[in-house]
Amino acid sequence: MRAVDGVSFDVQPGQVVGIVGESGCGKSVTMKAILRIVEPPGRIVGGQILFQKDSGPPVDLARLSPKSAELRAIRGAEIALIPQEPMAAFSPVHSVGEQVIEALQLHERQWRPSGPRLSRAEARSLTVDLFRSVGISMPEERVDAYSWQLSGGLRQRAMIAMALSCRPRLLIADEPTTAIDVTTQAQILNLLRELQRRHGTAIVFITHDLGVIAQMARYVVVMYLGRVMEEGSVEEIFHAPKHPYTRALLKSIPSVNVPPRTLQPTIAGSIPHPLGRPRGCPFHPRCPDAIPGLCAERVPALRPVGSSQLASCFLYHRDEAAEP
Amino acid sequence: MTRYVLKRLVLLPALLFLFSVAVFAIVQAPPGDFLTTYVATLASSGSSISAEQVDALRREYGLDRPVWVQYLKWMENLAKGNLGLSLEYQRPNAELIGERLVLTMVLAVLSFVFTWVVAIPAGIYSAMHPRSAIDYVLTVVNYVGVATPNFMLALVLMWGAFAYFGVSVTGLFSPEFVEAPWSLARVADLLKHVWLPAVVLGVAGTARLTRVMRANLLDELNKPYVTTARAKGLSEWRLVVRYPARLALNPLVSTIGWYLPALFSGSLIVATVMNLPNIGPLLLRALINQDMYLAGSILLIYCFLTIVGTLISDILLAWLDPRIRFEEG
Amino acid sequence: MSVLAPALPVTAEERVSVASSSQLIWWRFRKHRLALASACVLIALYVVVLCPDFFSTQDPEATDARLAFIPVQRLHVFDGFRPRPWVPDVAGRRNQVTLRMEWTVDASRRNPVRFFVTGYPYRLLGLVPTRIHLLGAAAPDGRERLYLLGTDRLGRDQWSRLVHGTRTSMTIGLTAVTFSIVLGVVLGGISGYYGGIADAVIQRLIELLQSLPTIPIWLALTAALPRDWSPQQVFFAITVILSLVGWTTLGREVRGRFLALREEDFVLAAELAGASRARIIVRHMVPTFLSHIIATSTLAIPAMIINETSLSFLGLGIRPPAISWGVLLQEAQNIQTVALAPWLLVPGAVVIVSVLAFNLVGDGLRDAADPYSQ
Repeated sequence: MRAVDGVSFDVQPGQVVGIVGESGCGKSVTMKAILRIVEPPGRIVGGQILFQKDSGPPVDLARLSPKSAELRAIRGAEIALIPQEPMAAFSPVHSVGEQVIEALQLHERQWRPSGPRLSRAEARSLTVDLFRSVGISMPEERVDAYSWQLSGGLRQRAMIAMALSCRPRLLIADEPTTAIDVTTQAQILNLLRELQRRHGTAIVFITHDLGVIAQMARYVVVMYLGRVMEEGSVEEIFHAPKHPYTRALLKSIPSVNVPPRTLQPTIAGSIPHPLGRPRGCPFHPRCPDAIPGLCAERVPALRPVGSSQLASCFLYHRDEAAEP
Repeated sequence: MTRYVLKRLVLLPALLFLFSVAVFAIVQAPPGDFLTTYVATLASSGSSISAEQVDALRREYGLDRPVWVQYLKWMENLAKGNLGLSLEYQRPNAELIGERLVLTMVLAVLSFVFTWVVAIPAGIYSAMHPRSAIDYVLTVVNYVGVATPNFMLALVLMWGAFAYFGVSVTGLFSPEFVEAPWSLARVADLLKHVWLPAVVLGVAGTARLTRVMRANLLDELNKPYVTTARAKGLSEWRLVVRYPARLALNPLVSTIGWYLPALFSGSLIVATVMNLPNIGPLLLRALINQDMYLAGSILLIYCFLTIVGTLISDILLAWLDPRIRFEEG
Repeated sequence: MSVLAPALPVTAEERVSVASSSQLIWWRFRKHRLALASACVLIALYVVVLCPDFFSTQDPEATDARLAFIPVQRLHVFDGFRPRPWVPDVAGRRNQVTLRMEWTVDASRRNPVRFFVTGYPYRLLGLVPTRIHLLGAAAPDGRERLYLLGTDRLGRDQWSRLVHGTRTSMTIGLTAVTFSIVLGVVLGGISGYYGGIADAVIQRLIELLQSLPTIPIWLALTAALPRDWSPQQVFFAITVILSLVGWTTLGREVRGRFLALREEDFVLAAELAGASRARIIVRHMVPTFLSHIIATSTLAIPAMIINETSLSFLGLGIRPPAISWGVLLQEAQNIQTVALAPWLLVPGAVVIVSVLAFNLVGDGLRDAADPYSQ
């Protein structure tokens, strides 16, 4: 059973790529695969994950052993993760400052290749600075706080501080705004945008919220049941969606411009169980434009449908099926 | 937190007082008293004692007084630090208990150390490699270990040593050291003998602890903070020990306080089987013979250890888990 | 035309969603092969508990000094290639120095084993007088010589004694835990549901009891039992003593559950619907943790069995002439004796097996009853 099948996209330096899709579509697994922290018995069976370091040829992360020192040097220092629930993602028995200091000390030689060893006092003051730069008030006190003593917004900021501590080139944000309320959400998104501008970090932004994608991303990947349905620049996806799934998603966003008492459009049916994946195109049982005889038999390949837009749908490429 | 500890410490004497009443009542509960058993033992071995001698002894020991008077006399002595006189051995109880208590503690502590040194790494390894061959072997050993009463294990080991090696593994000392004063040589002899009882005593606890550690750790390993730590680039072993193992240990630490008194109590049976000079067998004899001050004093010591042990474990738990510390205010 | 017939659940998923909770638990339990096998072992043991005399070969209390320390006569199922069970005969010889009989196994003579033989009289289930036993042998000279587990120093058949001891030990475990459950649920329930003074008093009581060192207190209590009490009285007293200390953990848990459940919405809904207090407790609150109680209690039985065995082993629990596993193991206290007759240790193996079985079943029940596990 493949949780992720045939997913392919590029992230340019300093760019924000948004991965959007319903729960269970494989976004988290894709993210974990990049960092090679997929839990057994899951494993990567094929493909490449090319990561361009500061110098030298790109490294294929898929080829490295998950426990190797080389990969562990990349994790945290060059690619960092902002996990989904900051409350559960911090250890409850260590202070948040301690956990940031641990990251700093672990990758010291990467963000500070030369110079004396980091002392505890120095690490601590660096952490305080980090907290201040992400907008945490009273950073000196907050460094010694435990994650459950902080509010949702503060926790998320602390998590962002920890992720950015070693100046990674790529940030993976796994639904960073799902667990917090809307006003804090806006603040966090502003913070991320600001930090991204300042440090030039690339971000892979994973969410199910189309509104957030519209605000943050430049390039969007739409996933369903482990496959990419459509990908393209944010303007193309939002103004000229090609795939029926993307169109249905966009139509189901509530809008103030619609006359009152209009029925809210939804996507018919429900997401099939991952073990009960339909044959052929995964979306075809719920697709209003399904071609009988074709969509139920073969899987469409991801092919260009615009200047930088790609879609996997037989409406546009009748003859090009994906390899099973 | 300090308030909490102080409150418990203040309650300690009150609790002990309550227990002393209960303990004394239980010890005196069987019909008759020490002399009844004494006379019966004499009769069964063929000698006898006249009625006047019995009465004289009774007056001398204060056994003709009502029970509550005997209790007060005991309390009075305890307040002065005197544990009373043993009726059977005709020696001060403190003397009888003293050395045996030390040996009991040595045995308990060694057993405790053995248990934790073996169980925690085994539990961690099992949780990190679930369903591996070693995990299965450990699981089987654990299940059987928990199911074996410790005296049974002692019996089997002793039989094995005797039947196949001709070695008699009773007692804590070789014959020449039994009554000798303390010396380095005696300590060495003690260590040579004490490891077997310590292991026997610790087996059930080790098995249980390994299983619990494995289960707790498996629960923790699925939690999101482990993923975060891994994403930070920590090596597997370091991250397991620093984060989930710490959290998995917490509920176990809260059982440490129970563990020491349980070891004292559990050593009782093993000590009887293996003929060790512990306070356990002493208590047994005292109870059967109704040697009331001796039995009462030993029981009170057990109570004291249990209460102190619980307090220690509560303190340890609060210290390890800041969430509890802050909740207590 | 407007009546719709309810559709029968067809797919496996649908069947799961309409199954009752006990059915679900049974299905989940069934999947644990090991737990299922252990449950079979326990059922077999309890069948023996029901009528031990049927499974015995000799009167467990008959002594005969001449038959002391007869070794184990191993049961063989096949004679050559035919399925005809037999045991090797034993030959006795008087030792000229000690003047005691010494027995050895004589494999040259094979005594056939028969089923449903006539033996010593007893009452089946305490009611029906009969003389039929499951196994028996006939020595050539007509005397019963079937000692499946040898004899002890008084010439008593160990197999029959083991069978009878099983009844006592397994029953004590069960009854002691039942008492504990009753005490724990009632007191814990009162404490948790009504709160207030009752709660405070019961809480202090629980703390007090938990501060007592268990084994020494048990020793003291059992030593306090008068020596002239009948075995039945002793049995009852031991059960009560064991359960008096064991109910506290369950009481605490039940109290915690009641405290939490009191605030739950479904209780409020039941109250608003007009249900009486008793009905709420019995029909709404208790079923939520009943399975948990059963699972934890199954895990408490082996501890009780070990405790009773240990106490009886020390001479303070079940006393001879009553038989329990602990009493049987008392004979094995002396190392020289054991070296001479290692089969005296077999009751220990039975203890381990039964405790293991209980633990496995209890684990299986606990996993099956946990609504959050797969």
